[in-house]
Amino acid sequence: MTRQVKAEIGVGLLVLMTLISMVFIALKVSNFNAMQDRPSYQLEALFSNVGGLTVRAPVKISGVTIGRVGEISIDPVSYRAKVVMDIYNEYDDLPMDSSASILTSGLLGSQYVGIEIGGDERVLADGGRFGYTQSALVLENLIGRLMVSLTEGGDK
Amino acid sequence: MKTSMMHTATRSIAWLGSITLGFLQSLGKRAFFVWAVIPALPYSVWRIRLLMKQVYFAGVLSLPIILTAGLFVGMVLGLQGHHILTTYNSEEAVGTMTALSLIRELGPVVAALLFAGRAGSALTAEVGLMKSTEQLSALEMMAVDPMKFVIAPRILASIIALPMLAMIFIAMGVFGGYVVSVGWLGVDDGAFWAQMSEQVDWQDDVMNGLIKAIVFGVLIAIIALYEGYESVPTSEGVSRATTRSVVHASLVVLGVDFILTSLMFT
Repeated sequence: MTRQVKAEIGVGLLVLMTLISMVFIALKVSNFNAMQDRPSYQLEALFSNVGGLTVRAPVKISGVTIGRVGEISIDPVSYRAKVVMDIYNEYDDLPMDSSASILTSGLLGSQYVGIEIGGDERVLADGGRFGYTQSALVLENLIGRLMVSLTEGGDK
Repeated sequence: MKTSMMHTATRSIAWLGSITLGFLQSLGKRAFFVWAVIPALPYSVWRIRLLMKQVYFAGVLSLPIILTAGLFVGMVLGLQGHHILTTYNSEEAVGTMTALSLIRELGPVVAALLFAGRAGSALTAEVGLMKSTEQLSALEMMAVDPMKFVIAPRILASIIALPMLAMIFIAMGVFGGYVVSVGWLGVDDGAFWAQMSEQVDWQDDVMNGLIKAIVFGVLIAIIALYEGYESVPTSEGVSRATTRSVVHASLVVLGVDFILTSLMFT
């Protein structure tokens, strides 16, 4: 075997291993599917606190991902947090009175937007806004409330 | 007394000046080197056999060390991650932790450091020896541009090889983490992969890691070949150039990694 052939076999092997690694990383390790921008439309919601929600966090109905958070900013009128969500086109029949809440997956998991479906016959169109929202659970507020209820309980 | 103090002050200022000038001079020489290599690069793309030989030397021969190091780094990450995360009852997150640290940092950086030690030093020594045995001058004498024939294919080969090695390193590391945490420590198999693919983003994490590896490839190649090309043509000169090549390349990789991380992940 000449040296050139040996080098060619070696480089071929290297390329093959790289391709296998790339496919492994794409399919098993990372959310490669999320990268292909599926056709989507935008909905927004105002929250008084988004907690640790980040851009590209999933939007879910009953645990199934139906879109991603596109942008988080402050609404200039109400000064509440405005979350713009890119919802995939196949879920274009969300009732007008659906509500959006910020939830946490598991005890230490990342935060996502959960949608509770309402009963209205009219549906949210592109650029629509969720009327009902529930903010992220802030531990400090929760403890504060607990403290108040405990003290009130003690007074009785 | 006063004059001697003045004298000391002047001398220290002169020393500062000479250091700065020396630094600027070496920077300028490197810039000229890069400037001379750039036009030779497209030429070497077409000399595919020459390029393939260099990819073989830089990439394929570095494979054993990359595979072994990747496997062990991943296994250690799995072990350490599991140890800490069990405290919070969230040992499933060990997959996410292993994958993210490998893809964002350890894959590109450790692969680059190993590459600088394995392939970078070999390149410097090879080109340095070519210089000291006057092979480079011989090529010039025959009207063959050493930039086109010697330097450019080696630079291109490094830029091609390092990202490939980094990807293999990452895959190997994730596999090592899997073996330790799922195989030995009993983390749930499904949760391991699911949490990992949920948290690791193809565009933000994998692509940025790949960009890092490409940048490191460029830097290591330029440093290694510059040191070889400009080495003092004696055995001592070549050995010093080889040492300098590894030290400079490693430091530059670590420094540039900080800059790239602060640009990409904040």
